[in-house]
Amino acid sequence: MSDMAPRPAGGAMPPLDPDEKIDIAKLLEGIADYRPRRKGWHWREQLPDQKLHKFVYKETSKGLTNSIPLPAAHYFGDIDPQPDCVVTSEIASGRFEDDIRRMRMAAWHGADHIMVIRTAGQSHMAGLLEGTPEGVGGIAVTRKQVRATRKALDLIEDEVGRPINFHSYVSGVAGAEMAVMFAEEGVNGAHQDPQYNVLYRNINMYRSFVDAAVAKHVMASVRMAQIDGAHNANATAVEAWNVMPELLVQHAINSAYSVAVGMPKEDICLSTVPPDAAPAPCMRMDLPYAVALRDLFGDYKMRAQENTRYMEADSRDATVSHVMNLVISRLTSADVQSTITPDEGRNVPWHYNNVAAVNTAKQSLVGMDGLREMVKLDREAPELKAKVREIKERAVLFFEAMLREGGYFAAVEEAYFVDSGIYPETHDDGIARKGDGGVAAGSIVERAADYLAPVCHHFGLNHLPEGYGDAAGEGGAAADAAAGEAAAAAAALAHKPCDLIGGCTLCDAEKVPFIDELDPEDNVNVRLAQTAELREKGLIKPEVQWAADGWVVVTMFLPAAPRVAELAALELGKAMNLQACEVINKQVMHPAEGTLIELKGRLDAVVDPADLTIPPEPVVMSDAEIKAFVSEKKLKCVAATVGEDEHSVGMREIIDIKHGGLEKWGFACEYLGTSVPVEKVLDAALEHAAQIVLISTIISHGDMHRDNMQKLADLAVEKGVRDKLLLISGGTQVTDELARGWGMDAGFGRGAKGIGVASFVVTTMRERGM
Amino acid sequence: MAREDTYLQIRGHLAELSDEQLEARFWELAQQVVDPLVELARTHTSPSIERSVLMRMGVDSPTCMAVVGACGKRGLLGHGAGHILLHCSTTWGCPAPEAARRLAAGEGWDTVAQKWGGAA
Repeated sequence: MSDMAPRPAGGAMPPLDPDEKIDIAKLLEGIADYRPRRKGWHWREQLPDQKLHKFVYKETSKGLTNSIPLPAAHYFGDIDPQPDCVVTSEIASGRFEDDIRRMRMAAWHGADHIMVIRTAGQSHMAGLLEGTPEGVGGIAVTRKQVRATRKALDLIEDEVGRPINFHSYVSGVAGAEMAVMFAEEGVNGAHQDPQYNVLYRNINMYRSFVDAAVAKHVMASVRMAQIDGAHNANATAVEAWNVMPELLVQHAINSAYSVAVGMPKEDICLSTVPPDAAPAPCMRMDLPYAVALRDLFGDYKMRAQENTRYMEADSRDATVSHVMNLVISRLTSADVQSTITPDEGRNVPWHYNNVAAVNTAKQSLVGMDGLREMVKLDREAPELKAKVREIKERAVLFFEAMLREGGYFAAVEEAYFVDSGIYPETHDDGIARKGDGGVAAGSIVERAADYLAPVCHHFGLNHLPEGYGDAAGEGGAAADAAAGEAAAAAAALAHKPCDLIGGCTLCDAEKVPFIDELDPEDNVNVRLAQTAELREKGLIKPEVQWAADGWVVVTMFLPAAPRVAELAALELGKAMNLQACEVINKQVMHPAEGTLIELKGRLDAVVDPADLTIPPEPVVMSDAEIKAFVSEKKLKCVAATVGEDEHSVGMREIIDIKHGGLEKWGFACEYLGTSVPVEKVLDAALEHAAQIVLISTIISHGDMHRDNMQKLADLAVEKGVRDKLLLISGGTQVTDELARGWGMDAGFGRGAKGIGVASFVVTTMRERGM
Repeated sequence: MAREDTYLQIRGHLAELSDEQLEARFWELAQQVVDPLVELARTHTSPSIERSVLMRMGVDSPTCMAVVGACGKRGLLGHGAGHILLHCSTTWGCPAPEAARRLAAGEGWDTVAQKWGGAA
C-alpha cells in the first residue's frame, strides 16, 4: 500500500530459528534506523474447496509454514487448517519485551492480528510518550515500542509464513498524532471512534470529533483498517441486551463519519459482540441483532468480538460463551474474529490464555467449516423476522429523536447513549456529557482564512498555494471541493502539499525522527538487566506474563464450604512454598461437600537444565530392520484392555495396520477386547505362543492400573513364563518409569505410537537374546 | 427522564416501509447526523491536529508539544502551527525541524509576530 521509496531496513536481523528464543537485545540494535517494509492491512488468502488430509474445506485460507496444530491433529495427518477470517489476539502485559514473545506463541497457533492494549491513562495524555516505560494493564504506546514490535512481527510473520497485522489505539487527546506515528511506523490497524472518547474517556465531544477527522484521514492514507468502539456499550450497559438499537446507531455514526472524511468502506470494521450470555437464552436473543447489523452494514467489514460483559473467573464458563459467540460468527459472518482470553475475568491475561483463546476460535471455526451450506438461518421464522425488523425500526426512531433534539451533541447532552432501556424506552441511566465539559474542553480553534498545513493527507480546509494538493479523490480534497474551496482538487495537481517543505514524513521515511529513551530508570534496558542472569545461563523459572515472574496456578478440590476452602487453600499454598498466594477462582461443588479452588502463587525457584538428568528419547528403528526381525522370529502378541475398562482406541492405535500399528511390520496380533481379566490375557498368550503381551489400562481410579500391572507380572512369575514374555502396558496415566516399577518391561503413555513399541520390542529381545 | 417503551405507539410511520426503504431511511438519517460533525471538523483545528502537522514536518514529539503550546498561548493556532513553522524555516533558511527547535527554545518569535502579531 505504501508509495514510499524502497529502503533497506536498518538493524536487519537473520531469520528466527524455531529452536531459539527471540533475542530482545539484538532486536533493539539499530532500532533507530528500522523502517516498516509494508503498510496497510492484510486479509487472509481464501482457498475455497481446499483439500487437506482426507477433507475438503469450504471456509479456509492459505496455510502456515510453521505452526502448532490443534491437539487432535495427529489423528488427521497433523494438518492445521487456517480459517478464512483474520484471528485476533489482544496482548497487554505492560512490557513490550515480554509481549513480543507472547505474540510469537500466538502467531504459531494462528493469530494474524496482534492488538496491543495501551497503559491505563494514556488517552488523557496530550502528546506522544517516548521510550519504553512500563505500563499498567497494557504498554505505553511509544514510537520505540511500536517500532520494536513491528520489527519483531516482521520476523515472526516470516517464521510462520503469513503477514501479521499490528494494531493499537488512535484515541484520546493525542489521536491525530497517534495516527501519524502509526502511519509512519507501519501499524496496520487501529481502533478509532470519537464516540469512545466522549462516552468512556470523558474527552470533550467537539474536540473528539475534530481530532478524529484528521486521524481517520491519515489512517486512510496508508489503508490502515479501522475498528470502531461500539462494543463498549455492551460492556457498560446494565442490561446489555437492551443496547442493540443504540449499537446500530453508534456503528452508523462512526462509519458514515469515516467515509465522509475519506476512509474506504472496505477498511472500516464494525466491532460487534453478541451482547448476551447463558443462562439467558443468549443465542436466540443475539442472532436477530447480528442479522440486522449485517443487513444494514453489508458494505462494511465485521469484527466479531467475544462477550466480556458476563464473564466471570471461571475459564471454562468463558470458553463456552465464546464458542457460542463463534457459532453466531459462522452462521452470519466475520471478517476479523477477535478473541478474549478465558482468564480476562480474573487477571491481566497470561501467555497461555492468549494461546487458549486463539485455539478456541481456530477449533470452532474449522470445526464449523462449511456448516452454513447445511444449516441456514430461516429468515422467514416469525421470531427472527420480527426481531430483525424491530431492532432496525428502533434504531431509526433513535436517529429521528436525535435529530429532533438538535443532532449528535445535543443527544449526548441528553444522555441518549448507554441507557439500559431498549430505545424508545429509557431508564434515565445513560451517560451524559456537556459540550463545554470533559477533558480538553474549549480546545478547538476555528481555522483562519490563511490556515495552512504544508503536509500530505491533511483533512479539512487548507489554503495551499495554487497547484498544490493531495491527489484527486482523497476524501479531504473532495470535501473541500464540495464546499467550492479547492476547485483544483479535481484537476491534475503539479505539487504535493509537502513539496513546500521538501517532503513530509508520510512521503519520506528518512524524515521520521527517533527518540530512544527519556527516562534513565523506567526503560527496557533496566528491566532486561534484572533477568539477564537467567537468560544468559538458560535458567528456567515459571512465568505467566513477564520473564521470571514466578507465577503458578494450583488447582485443588477441598472438601469444605467455599469460605473455609478459600482460607484453607491459602494455608496449603504456604505449605507448597508459594508466595503472595491468592484465590483466583472458586466454584462450589456442593455447599457442604466441597469447593474447587484455583490458587495462584509465586514460586521463587529456578531450575538449571544443566543439572537435569534427561533420558534420551527412545530410538526408533527403520521399517526394514523391524520387519526383518519380526519375520525371522515370527513375533506374536496378545493385546487387551484389562480390568473393568471399555477403552479400546489407544490399543487400536498401537496394533492396527491402518493406524501405523504393530501389524504394519508383520506382528501377528491377537486382540482380546476390553474389560478382559488379567488371568485370561496370560492364558491367551500361552495358548498362542506369543512373545509379547500388551495391556491397556486407561482407568486409574484407586490405582487400578497399578494393580493390574502387578497382577500380570506376578502371574507370569507364578506360571514360570516371566522371562519368555515381554510385558508392556499403555494408557494415558502410564509412564515408562511407573510401569517398570510395577513389574512391566516397558510402559507407554500419552502420544505413544506403534513404531515406539515395535522398536522397543526388537531392541529388548536382541539385548536379552530372546 | 425515564420513559416506558413507546415503540408500538410511535412506529406507525415506519410500518409501511419495505425493508429496503427502512434501511435507506436509516442511512439517510445517519448522514444527516454526521454532516454537521464533518463541517465542524473541516473548519476547525486543535492542539493535537497541529502537533500532527509538525510531526509530519519531521519534528520530534517534545518539540511539537512546545511549539504548539507556544502558538496556542499566542492565539495563533488558527493559522496553522505548520504555517508558522514554514514561515520561520523559509525566513531563516533552515529545515523545519531546526526552526522548530529554535521556536521551542523561545527564540525567533519576533519573526512570527511581524507576520501575525502577538507576543514576540
